[in-house]
Amino acid sequence: MVTTAVGPETRRETARREWVVAYVLLGIVFGAVLTKAEVISWFRIQEMFRFQSFYMYGVIASALAVAATSLALIRRFGVRTLAGEEITVAPKVFGTGRRYWIGGTVFGLGWALTGACPGPLVALIGSGATVYVVSFLAAVAGTWLYGVLRPYLPH
Amino acid sequence: MPAFLTHPWPWYVGGPLIGLMVPALLLLGNKSFGVSSNLRHLCAAYLPTKSAFFRYDWKTAGGWNLAFLVGTLLGGVVGGRVLAVGTVAISERTRNALTALGLHDLSGLVPREALSWAALATPRGIVMIVVGGFLVGFGTAYAGGCTSGHAIAGLADLQKASLVAVLGFFAGGLIGTFVVLPLLF
Repeated sequence: MVTTAVGPETRRETARREWVVAYVLLGIVFGAVLTKAEVISWFRIQEMFRFQSFYMYGVIASALAVAATSLALIRRFGVRTLAGEEITVAPKVFGTGRRYWIGGTVFGLGWALTGACPGPLVALIGSGATVYVVSFLAAVAGTWLYGVLRPYLPH
Repeated sequence: MPAFLTHPWPWYVGGPLIGLMVPALLLLGNKSFGVSSNLRHLCAAYLPTKSAFFRYDWKTAGGWNLAFLVGTLLGGVVGGRVLAVGTVAISERTRNALTALGLHDLSGLVPREALSWAALATPRGIVMIVVGGFLVGFGTAYAGGCTSGHAIAGLADLQKASLVAVLGFFAGGLIGTFVVLPLLF
């Protein structure tokens, strides 16, 4: 029965597996860049928060410029996904804005202490700073507590 | 190995490559760049919870992102072990400030005295490693994004929410750097 035509279910499974590989590969590029450009370094983050070097501002500004230009081009030319879907970016609901400045400040505090935002947390583990496994698990716990307290917090 | 692989990459190489993640994910499958959502997906997948925040189909919503996260971990292995980075060339002023703070060893990507398994046995290490990580998870979930989702993808899309969030990131970072860290050393 091996030679019979592949059913739609199997084909979908294969397609999904190929996509997973693509996302893993893209993640590898991301993690390697974060590491090689020292974005995962606590020292670089300190330099940034102390305003003592242009380095991290250069990283963020150039990333932002490339992302903004790409988005503008995608919109201007109506570029579609590889599967032919229309590309849409959901706007973020502002509301009272409280969740953004309160949540942002809480995260910023954690960023200064660990020297890492979520992407660098995992890249650091890979790079050999394995103690960041503890920080990562603590971050999962923090997200979990937020989910539990969410109904009682200002948003 | 070619020198560019073993040397650190300057900001004008790293930054644009990070920015390219935004169009790459959109082209691959109409996905929005944002790492912190994975913390939520992991809660939804593995932790017992009654809260509505975690009751959704995490495989469909976040399967791709968790794959990206696994890649980021492997990328750290490639960048940090295969193409090892030595001492980070931070500015002289930062060196002096950190030495004045009480750090003696400024080698490696992170200070061993404060962020290592040995340091985890000290109150300072617990605050920096455990409390710090906890605040990263709580704050990004609260703000609905981190540096990737707000500072890069959100600002690139001119989202007001992201601008407010990024101002918050810096407010918190300055409090952490100039108020909390001096208390810990």
